[in-house]
Amino acid sequence: MITKDEVEHVGWLARIEIDDADAEDYAVKLSSVLDYFGQLDEVDTEGVEPTYHVADVMNIFREDVVTPSLDQKDVLANTAAEKDGYIKAPRII
Amino acid sequence: MVYDNPDGVMIGLEVHVQLNKLNTKMFCGCSTKYHDAEPNTHVCPVCLGLPGALPVINRKSVEAAMKIGLALNCEIVEQTQFHRKNYYYPDLPKGFQTTQYDFPIVSGGKVVIEGEDGEHVVRITRAHMEEDPGRLMHMGTIEKSKGTLIDYNRSGMSLIEIVSEPDMRSPKEARRYLDKLRNILEYLDVFDGSLEGSMRVDSNVSIMGGQRVEVKNISSHKGAERAILFEIMRQKNLLRRGGKVVLETRHFDEARGVTISMRTKEEEHDYRYFPEPDLVPMRVSDWGPAIQESLPELPDTKRERFISQYGITGMHAKALTSDIRVADFFEIVASKADPRAAGTWVADVLRGELNYRNLAITSFTTEDIIEIIGLVVEEKITEKSAVDVIRTILDVGGSPMDVVKEKGLLKVEGDIVTQAVSESIVENEEAVQDYLGGTEKSLNFLVGQVMKKTKGRADARQARELLIAALKD
Ligand SMILES: [Zn+2]
Repeated sequence: MITKDEVEHVGWLARIEIDDADAEDYAVKLSSVLDYFGQLDEVDTEGVEPTYHVADVMNIFREDVVTPSLDQKDVLANTAAEKDGYIKAPRII
Repeated sequence: MVYDNPDGVMIGLEVHVQLNKLNTKMFCGCSTKYHDAEPNTHVCPVCLGLPGALPVINRKSVEAAMKIGLALNCEIVEQTQFHRKNYYYPDLPKGFQTTQYDFPIVSGGKVVIEGEDGEHVVRITRAHMEEDPGRLMHMGTIEKSKGTLIDYNRSGMSLIEIVSEPDMRSPKEARRYLDKLRNILEYLDVFDGSLEGSMRVDSNVSIMGGQRVEVKNISSHKGAERAILFEIMRQKNLLRRGGKVVLETRHFDEARGVTISMRTKEEEHDYRYFPEPDLVPMRVSDWGPAIQESLPELPDTKRERFISQYGITGMHAKALTSDIRVADFFEIVASKADPRAAGTWVADVLRGELNYRNLAITSFTTEDIIEIIGLVVEEKITEKSAVDVIRTILDVGGSPMDVVKEKGLLKVEGDIVTQAVSESIVENEEAVQDYLGGTEKSLNFLVGQVMKKTKGRADARQARELLIAALKD
C-alpha cells in the first residue's frame, strides 16, 4: 500500500505539486497499479539471467566526427524566458 | 618512518574528468570546442533531450575510458551498459543523467603516489562513463539571485568519473593523488587539464569516531587540499566538543574556504536507476589488448628511463616527468645539449623561473635553452650570466646571443684564464705543495693544467705569471 507521504515524496522528486485531496486519491490508484504489476513477482525466475534490453543487439557506436549543432535561436525557441543567449530559469538553490 | 595518522583520517576522492580532447560529445556529434563560444550554440536535439532524439555512443569515449582504466591498472568489465539516473534539476534538460551503474567499464586499479611516508598505494574502486550536465549561473549572488541562467554547451560532454578507495590520510596526500592523476591523464592525451572545469572533485572525508562526509563542488587541486583540511578541522572540533559527525553532503565555498551543509531530500534510491533503453549494451573487453599496446609511456616508466638513459638525478627525473610537456621539452634539449646539464638547467633553473612567473614551459623555446646551455658548457658565459639571460628572455624577450651581447656577458679571455688558474691550484694540491717546497718542475705541470682547462686558448707565459702571482699569496 502506497502512503500519502510517499505520493508527496514522488511528486517532489518530479517537481510536481500535488494537493492534499489528490494525494489521497493517487495513493489509492497507484497502489492498485503496483498490486497489478505485483503479479509478475509470482513468476519463478530462479536461474534466469536478467534482461536489460529487449533488442538483441550490442556494440553500436558512432565515429568521433562533428555534425552541425542547432542555431541558438532554435535552441531558445521553446523556452519561456531567455537572456543573452542563456535559458532563464527561476532562482535555484 | 611510518606515518601513524593520529586522527584516523580517511579520504576518498571522486574525480570527474572531462574528455575535452575528443572532437564530439558522448552521445551526439556536437563539437566539444565550446569554451569560448556563445551559450547554447553547441547543442542538438540529443544533448537537449528533445523527444525522439536518439543517442549513439562515441567510440572514442569508450576507448578513452578504457585507456584511463588500463593506465590506472584496472580490469575491463566483460559487458557494460548505461543507466538513467533520474533527477529533476535544470542542469540536465532530459530529467535524467546518462551514466553507468552496476557495471562500470573498468574497476579495481591502483595509483602509486608519494605519501606521507614514502610510496603509497591508492586503490581505484572503479571508473565509469557518464555525461556532463550543463552549466548554471546565478544572476547576482546566490542569496539574492533573481534567477538562474543555463548554458547547455557542456551538457553531454564525455566524463569519466574515477572513484578511489578511502586510502589517503592527509590533505597533502589527496593533493598528490590529484596531481598524479592529472599527470597520467595528460600523458594519455585524453584531456587538457588547463581548460576550465576539466577536472572536478568530490571528496569523502572521515576521521576516527565519526561518519563519512561528502564534500562537493571542488574545482581545483589547491581547493581540494583546502576543503579537506577545513573538513578535518571541523570534524575534529565537533567531536572534541562532544558533537557527532553524521553522514551528510556538504558544499565547498571556494571564496570563503569553508564547507557548508547541503540539505538534500534525495537519497540514493530516489534516483531510480534503470537501464537506458536507447543505448545498447557494450561488450568491449576484447579491445583491451590493442588499447594496452597503444598506451604511451607513463610517468613512472619515463622517470626510470630518464635516470638510466640521461644519467640525471632521481630528483630531476621526477620534476621533469611530472608534466608531459616538460618531459618532451627536456628530451629535445637533452638530444642536442649535454643531458646532465640539460637536466639541471631545465628541471631546476628554467622551471623555477617559469613557476615564479606562473608561465608554462611553452613560454620558452628548446632552441634558446640549448644555446644557453652550450654557452655555459663552453665557458663563454658564467652560470650566473646564463640565469640572467633566461630571466631577460622571459621578461623582455630577445635571443640568447642578443642578450649576451647587449649586457656584455661574454667572459673575456683573461677571466677564463684566471678561473683556470685558481681551479688548477685547488685541484692539484700535491703539485702546489711541491712547488712551494722548491720543486720548480711542478710549476710546469700546473701550467699544463691551465692550458688543458682553457683548451689552449691561454698564453703559456701569461699562465705561468698568473700562477706564480697566485701562489705567492
Ligand atoms: Zn548534441
